[in-house]
Amino acid sequence: MTRLIVVRLFFGALTLWAVSLVVFAATQALPGDAAQLILGRDATPERLAALRDQLNLHEPVAVQYMQWLQGVVQGDLGTSFSNRMPVGEYLASPIRSSLTLMGLAALVATPLALFIGAFSALRRDRGFDHGASMGTLVLASIPEFVVGILLILLLGPGGLGLFPSVYAREGGPEQWTLPVLTLALAVAPPIIRMMRATMIEVLESEYVQQARLKGLSERTVLWRHAAPNAIGPVAQVVALQLAWLAGGVVAIEFLFNFPGVGKVLMDAIENRDVPLIQAVVLLIAGIYILVNLLADAIGLAANPKVRVANR
Amino acid sequence: MTGYSRQNESTGTGWTENVLRVEGLTVIGRPSDVEIISDVSLTVNRGEILGLVGESGSGKTTLGLSLLRHLKRATQITEGRVWVGERELASLNEQQVRNLRGRAVAYIPQSPASALNPALRLGTQLTEALHDDTSTSDQVAERVREVLREVALPDDPAFLRRYPHQLSGGQQQRVAIAMAFVGRPDLIVLDEPTTGLDVTTQAHVLETIKAMTREYGTAGVYISHDMAVVADLADDIAVMYQGELVEHGRTEQVLSAPRHEYTRRLLMAVPLLRTSGHTEPATRTEEPLLRIFELSAGYGRTRVLEGIDLSVSRGECVALLGESGSGKTTLSRSVAGLHHQFEGGLVFDGQALAGTSYRRTAEQRRRIQYVFQNPYEALNPRKRVRDQILGPYRHLVGRPDDPDLVVAQALERAALPASYGERFPEQLSGGERQRVCIARAVATRPDLLVCDEITSALDVSVQAEIVKLLRSLQDDGMALLFVTHNIALVSNIADRVAVLNKGRIVEYGPVGQVMSAPEHEYTRALIADTPDFELSFPGAPERLSMDSEGRVTDG
Repeated sequence: MTRLIVVRLFFGALTLWAVSLVVFAATQALPGDAAQLILGRDATPERLAALRDQLNLHEPVAVQYMQWLQGVVQGDLGTSFSNRMPVGEYLASPIRSSLTLMGLAALVATPLALFIGAFSALRRDRGFDHGASMGTLVLASIPEFVVGILLILLLGPGGLGLFPSVYAREGGPEQWTLPVLTLALAVAPPIIRMMRATMIEVLESEYVQQARLKGLSERTVLWRHAAPNAIGPVAQVVALQLAWLAGGVVAIEFLFNFPGVGKVLMDAIENRDVPLIQAVVLLIAGIYILVNLLADAIGLAANPKVRVANR
Repeated sequence: MTGYSRQNESTGTGWTENVLRVEGLTVIGRPSDVEIISDVSLTVNRGEILGLVGESGSGKTTLGLSLLRHLKRATQITEGRVWVGERELASLNEQQVRNLRGRAVAYIPQSPASALNPALRLGTQLTEALHDDTSTSDQVAERVREVLREVALPDDPAFLRRYPHQLSGGQQQRVAIAMAFVGRPDLIVLDEPTTGLDVTTQAHVLETIKAMTREYGTAGVYISHDMAVVADLADDIAVMYQGELVEHGRTEQVLSAPRHEYTRRLLMAVPLLRTSGHTEPATRTEEPLLRIFELSAGYGRTRVLEGIDLSVSRGECVALLGESGSGKTTLSRSVAGLHHQFEGGLVFDGQALAGTSYRRTAEQRRRIQYVFQNPYEALNPRKRVRDQILGPYRHLVGRPDDPDLVVAQALERAALPASYGERFPEQLSGGERQRVCIARAVATRPDLLVCDEITSALDVSVQAEIVKLLRSLQDDGMALLFVTHNIALVSNIADRVAVLNKGRIVEYGPVGQVMSAPEHEYTRALIADTPDFELSFPGAPERLSMDSEGRVTDG
């Protein structure tokens, strides 16, 4: 199993490298060059030449890429064009906020979705099951920012007035509620559907029937016999959804004016702040790969064939 | 036996002779209200085995499961009672049902590979069968080890830590038997526990079951579609047909004087092992249709076949006999061009055959057709029978002038009415599906038909009809390469037989000679392990049952 995980780690690193290539290539496609972008209207030919020299822009593209990649590997993401701060330093606080937001959404959504999915499978074709499948279908078909807007209208100042609709620096913990809830609602439906389908398949399997025919209690049948066999397939979907969070958070942060990487990315795009864009995109890709790796590891660990064969 | 204490309250008042009593049991399916089993009554005595025989769909599994008060989805008991010992099952509450299961009645499933939980260690699965036990964990562990020894499995901790996928099919079935006996049940329900095992393993498993029921004084209900197995094992036989019990009596009596027409048909459908009365295949001087020489094949670095020499003449049926893993499917796939990792020669009608079907001519591919083992997977569920037959025809022969005629003729050769062309596979029974597969193969008028275990997924009675169909095709001049693990079938259909063991042909010759005087140890063991019985009722065909159509072997 260790070998399989090492192989997947290697492919994760490979993917990340491919992403860096794409990100770097995109900056080359921009009109003008970095010096032009940084100086903007202040550009005089002398200052441009000086800055180009400073940024090594006269080197071949491959060398520039290598220099940039070297910096990234050493943790130096460059300097932001718009505010002249090192990108790493500038991103520290938004990353923390965004990760907290995503973590909270995952913590709320995953157990709840797994529980609802499993319960639907147990109550198959009854009221709860129909309600849940209807609800997930509706939620899955609405874009997440519309869900956010609906939540604001319903629970925000204009509706029941329970929670603030915009994040403010001096606000209390209640201002986290709506962003977390929106993300959780966006992430949960596929997990619920997958959990339901997998559980139904497992519950219909012969080994679950055999466990019941051995006279085991329904609780033992569920937790000892059914659940371990459902983990593998469901972990994949959970991972996909959590990885989606890394990108999905952008729109939601914008909606709630939440000071996270999503908002930074939006601003950076507006200002054409290339180093910042590169850093954020790399970060999102990194989270994506990491979460998928984690899901693979869980899937492998849940499969005794793999666990035993590669020990 | 050990310090293990028995906690079974029901038998405290003394033994009743009947461990199981079923009276007028009726189960219906919802919402159609069709009776799955109707008005079934039977009894089983302590220490005896009842063979419950019937085709798939006859309701025998539903009956078996109702003895544990388990009903499949959307079924309901509407009438009747079931007593196990002195408990009437309908009157039990949920807790009592749990105590009943595993302790008073145990169940051995058809396929241990899917009935053992892949995610749990054997030790866990064996121990939990003693769930309501009050003895200490040491005593439980000792009991588990004891029962493992009784089914001839290792009882060391390393074995108990294994997962089901680390065992062979036979070992898995032994674990399932151990799991059933560990709670010392009064009644044990066995649902076709040897289907899918090869004869040698089947013989061992049946031996174990027999010994265990005798030792424990347990009553058994053995569900099967195979009369030969049941005749060997059971004290009583009950025959089910379309949900009804049509015959019930002592085994000797049912075998010698079956009262119901259906029982008679079932008995006659069983391919009996013929050890004599074969017509010698004529010695042939012409070049054989297919010649295989010095063929060895494998997957990657694993060798599966070594030094295979074999030939098939026109209009001849050569059987390839072997157990699972002997390489017989690999050989037939190599012949058909589906497996190309092989060395050695394949000569078809004087011309060398390329390894893969891509490099064979359309004519060569047309002349060799393949019928697959499982008719439930070999037909595209979204296409009509007609299109499935015309597909390969258009590809290999060309656009037909009269497609309806091609379909009708192909179906007719497979003994199906032409109207079946409009059906979808799901509207067909298993036997009909296999006939469609055969029709698809014979539509292009091949010279050689490769049949890969084509009867093993079918009921015995259906199997007999398919074999009859193959014989008629052979009489029309088609050569057959008949791959099977069933030695009784071989003795009824083939002219010559090659016995495969671990990738080598250990015996090869005319069927009569191999059956009556087997030379190799392995062939002798196969013949000995095959369950068999004599048909003695009036009007029963002799042992030459399948040869009764007066077939002439031409020269």
